[in-house]
Amino acid sequence: MTVLDNGAQQASADTAEVLRPHAEDAFADELAALAAADDRPRPARWRLSPWAVATYLLGGTLPDGTVITPKYVGPRRIVEVAVTTLATDRALLLLGVPGTAKTWVSEHLAAAVSGDSTLLVQGTAGTPEEAIRYGWNYAQLLAHGPSRDALVPSPVMRAMSEGMTARVEELTRIPADVQDTLITILSEKTLPIPELGQEVQAVRGFNLIATANDRDRGVNDLSSALRRRFNTVVLPLPESVDAEVDIVARRVDQLGRSLDLPQGLDGIAEIRRVVTVFRELRDGITADGRTKVKSPSGTLSTAEAISVVTNGLALATHFGDGVLRPGDVAAGILGAVVRDPASDRVIWKEYLEAVVRERDGWKDFYRACREVSG
Amino acid sequence: MNGEPVNSGAVEGPWLLGVRHHGPGSARAVRAALDERRPRAVLIEGPPEADGLVGLAADEGMRPPVALLAHVVDDPGCSAFWPFAEFSPEWVAITWALEHGVPVRFIDLPAAHALAMRAGEKEAATEGPEAERGEPEAGALEGGARESGAPVSDEPESGGPGAVDGLRLDPIAVLAETAGYDDPERWWEDVVEYRGQPAAGGDALAPFAALAEAMGALREVYGTGGHDRDLVREAYMRLQMRAAAKEFGPDVAVVCGAWHVPALRERTTLTADRALLKGLPKAKVDMTWVPWTHRRLARASGYGAGIDSPGWYAHLFAAPDRPVERWLTKVAGLLRDEDRFVSSAHVIEAVRLAESLAVMRGRPLPGLSETTDAVRAVLCDGSDVPLALIHDRLIVGDVLGEVPEAAPAVPLQRDLTRTQKSLRLKPEALERELELDLRGANDAARSRLLHRLRLLGIGWGEPAAATRGSTGTFRESWRLRWEPELAVRVAEAGIWGTTVLGAATAKAEANAVGAAALADITALAERCLLAGLSDALPVVMRVLADRAALDADVGHLAQALPALVRSLRYGDVRGTDTAALAEVAAGLAERVFVGLAPACAGLDADGAAEMRTHVDAVHGAVGLLDDAEARTSEGIRPRWFTVLHALGTRDTVPGVIRGRAVRLLLDEGELSQEEAGRLMGLALSAGTPPADAAAWIDGFVGGGSGGMLLVHDERLLGLVDAWLVSVPDAAFTDVLPLLRRTFSAYEPGVRRTLGELVRRGPAAESAAKVTAGVPGFADDLDEERARAALPVVRLLLGLDAPPATTPDSTNDLAEVAG
Repeated sequence: MTVLDNGAQQASADTAEVLRPHAEDAFADELAALAAADDRPRPARWRLSPWAVATYLLGGTLPDGTVITPKYVGPRRIVEVAVTTLATDRALLLLGVPGTAKTWVSEHLAAAVSGDSTLLVQGTAGTPEEAIRYGWNYAQLLAHGPSRDALVPSPVMRAMSEGMTARVEELTRIPADVQDTLITILSEKTLPIPELGQEVQAVRGFNLIATANDRDRGVNDLSSALRRRFNTVVLPLPESVDAEVDIVARRVDQLGRSLDLPQGLDGIAEIRRVVTVFRELRDGITADGRTKVKSPSGTLSTAEAISVVTNGLALATHFGDGVLRPGDVAAGILGAVVRDPASDRVIWKEYLEAVVRERDGWKDFYRACREVSG
Repeated sequence: MNGEPVNSGAVEGPWLLGVRHHGPGSARAVRAALDERRPRAVLIEGPPEADGLVGLAADEGMRPPVALLAHVVDDPGCSAFWPFAEFSPEWVAITWALEHGVPVRFIDLPAAHALAMRAGEKEAATEGPEAERGEPEAGALEGGARESGAPVSDEPESGGPGAVDGLRLDPIAVLAETAGYDDPERWWEDVVEYRGQPAAGGDALAPFAALAEAMGALREVYGTGGHDRDLVREAYMRLQMRAAAKEFGPDVAVVCGAWHVPALRERTTLTADRALLKGLPKAKVDMTWVPWTHRRLARASGYGAGIDSPGWYAHLFAAPDRPVERWLTKVAGLLRDEDRFVSSAHVIEAVRLAESLAVMRGRPLPGLSETTDAVRAVLCDGSDVPLALIHDRLIVGDVLGEVPEAAPAVPLQRDLTRTQKSLRLKPEALERELELDLRGANDAARSRLLHRLRLLGIGWGEPAAATRGSTGTFRESWRLRWEPELAVRVAEAGIWGTTVLGAATAKAEANAVGAAALADITALAERCLLAGLSDALPVVMRVLADRAALDADVGHLAQALPALVRSLRYGDVRGTDTAALAEVAAGLAERVFVGLAPACAGLDADGAAEMRTHVDAVHGAVGLLDDAEARTSEGIRPRWFTVLHALGTRDTVPGVIRGRAVRLLLDEGELSQEEAGRLMGLALSAGTPPADAAAWIDGFVGGGSGGMLLVHDERLLGLVDAWLVSVPDAAFTDVLPLLRRTFSAYEPGVRRTLGELVRRGPAAESAAKVTAGVPGFADDLDEERARAALPVVRLLLGLDAPPATTPDSTNDLAEVAG
């Protein structure tokens, strides 16, 4: 795929110009420093040792003083299992609700292991088999008949022949029959091309990272045969309120800037409140650990908290005094929590009455929520 | 360290085998060392009072995990435990000695001193809440931690409960830090526990020598590391070692915490050691063996021996080879039993992942954390749910120890006997009735004892009369009968604690956690109050609050509420602190309020009838709760009335509940007569199906005093009458049974009056003044009849009646009184 190669070279040539450079370009210095300092054994065709890959993701300081920024903030255990899995011949499946950095982790893993995070198949409901196996260049095919030249390899096929890491995003969105084409690739490590009577065998260093959303509706569950080919790592939601508030505030700030929304520091208190409500309902227990509450059917992920706050900010800017107030987020929270009108409404009201009403300093929030809940 | 150079590797004894308590690797090393050196006596760090009990360890009926239990004779609550698991080095040493006919001696400071010292500290530290409680758990915790804590360090010996001794050194943590580990447990496991058997030709004592050296260096730097009591204990151990050397010669093995090894090797003078031991307090102490469980060895369970994973350790100790492969096969077996699909290929992959992880983390062998990570990623699809099961069943495990019959009586029996004596309540085989007046201190204590025993399954007394409805009274009657097999029950209950109070508390807590239905827990709360188990109450309340929060069935909540409110009031009578109870009750009521209206929609006839009883029960409970809660800012009553309003006016709610809600509001004066009439008119209007209207009537006037309402308010009666006349013939036979049931519940007198009123017909209704203030009553006062009652009223109120009464009034009085 010369076209792709050219694209990658161009991107690395003027990284500053592109809107979002690839991980291996953006952090090229760190990767180089790690490779220089890394004296541990590397699996075949790996750019770094597993230990160095873990360090790249989790951050640290090298003996020569180079500081590696953390790419993923979360349990060390998860990264270690993920990296180790890639070193075995099992594929890695990253699971988690939206907004848990699945894609981010998979991109950086591929960048650190193979130095190339672009061998990517985006899973959608319309992903065809060709996207995973190979397609044909029909002009070539008609002109010269079937040959390797007429073949258009998929990113997975390229990864196999070059011993690289392939990525499949949103695996569960892909139709089940297309998913299952991965089984041969992952178990036999080979991709037959019956039209030519040939096959592509994976060389050492090939592996595959898939991401999937485990809370989404209307997805195609993996068949047990395929599932068995994966080691599963579940990426958790942020562990502490502070971490989550930080993530939400940062993302809201970025989004707000592109929407030209001003953001004062006053909003932080309200963001904390939204995050607290989301966390309590999600975890089924209040932050002080003293009262249990029922969990509604929605996911209430960090990503949703971000959209609630952004919405509230827009409301406050255009219809209020510019300061994020309880009334601005109440409707958004209600919409995020009450997905199933029958059961979720009861859960939400119960939460309001049993938890929110009693809490010090939450009177205004309680009133705002009562108003929109009816 | 000023003593001789290290000699534990020497051919000559004594051989000091420093171990980590409950460490399987240590246990293996100890066995290898004993097999190699064949000492003539084995000395073990433990209470010397147990010397006489050691023989029982070889008994057929003895199965670890077991624990040595020491308790002060007249205060069984003051006790300490020394747990032993199969993989404890001490246990290995004991069994080795018994198998080879070698004498065993326990050489630690006698429990007589240790317990007496702790009792003294307890008195000193009166500030500590723990000390004030004086509960057995406090003692047990101490004892449990004593044999463990941080692995080698014999932790909290020094600090009494509540005593503040901030800086205490964890030697293992220091060593681990030096080696670059962040988790001391892991370091220990890597360095000691996961080293396989010493090579055949190698010196079995070598690991002990290396460890002793490290500990020696540590103690040189840190001294006792805050464990000041250790000096006394070590002095005693040295004395014992001298005595053993005299008796058995130098070939003696000493199994003790690695921390103590440098101190035991120190050369001190006999007199110096004796001086340290002078003037120690002493208590009369009894010892026995008690069964133990893996759960109690685990840290989470409160009696923790300081190890998280007894099941894993037992596996490491028992597995002859390939521990990781065997462990993962076990895990796979468990998951298959639970109907999860796990193939051999899964197990193979899990083993490979665990081993790769170990390499990546730089560990010699996969440990528990590596295998668990592998199990999660490969066997559990990344989910923590099956992992919790594995933790519970395998990593901790369900092993229960056994103790032979011959072991001395448990302290619980002694405590019971003592309490029986002090309360003058003799166990008699003959059945007898006992009447208790709970206002008396002695009787109240008796009642509590009997309730506690019942909780423990020791059915000495059975409540004779139904005590359920009689809460708030001061009487209780019991039927007492002491059956011989109750002694067995007492022995069984011994695992719950050393005193009746402590055991009952522990049992109640366990029951609460294991209870299935919400109503069971409220009943348990009631029993806790009766038995005076205020310490168990927080746990019960927490479980109750959790269950209530997660229970989506309003019926369950409504069922639980009355019992809870009843115990609340009863607790008040007894003077127990029921603040927590009130909070939970209010929370429960809140949840009922929120969930009731949606739960009432779309019910069939039976469901509606059941829900009606719930509404009644909640109404009663709210009445009681409100009295107790009067001080809270927002009364619970107004909120309940809002709910009733919603119920009464919502069309989707079945008729019987709507009627009931309106009636309750009317009775409480929250709804005017007119409004009730309007709602009744609505419910009975032509558009309503007859069956539904009949149900409304049933709800509104059914039960108790409903008839009187109709008698007094002829307008309501008129509405019923008018509706009944308008019911079409076809539907009449349908509603008849329901109406019959409603009206047949009235008293005969009420029924007759109603009949008469109906016979008189609607004429009477129209005759009744429409302008009347209160329906059913005349417009104005009938002054003549009123005056006749006046003298009696005066008499009742003690007002000064005019002494000279007119003959008229006398007559009236006589008339009225007659």
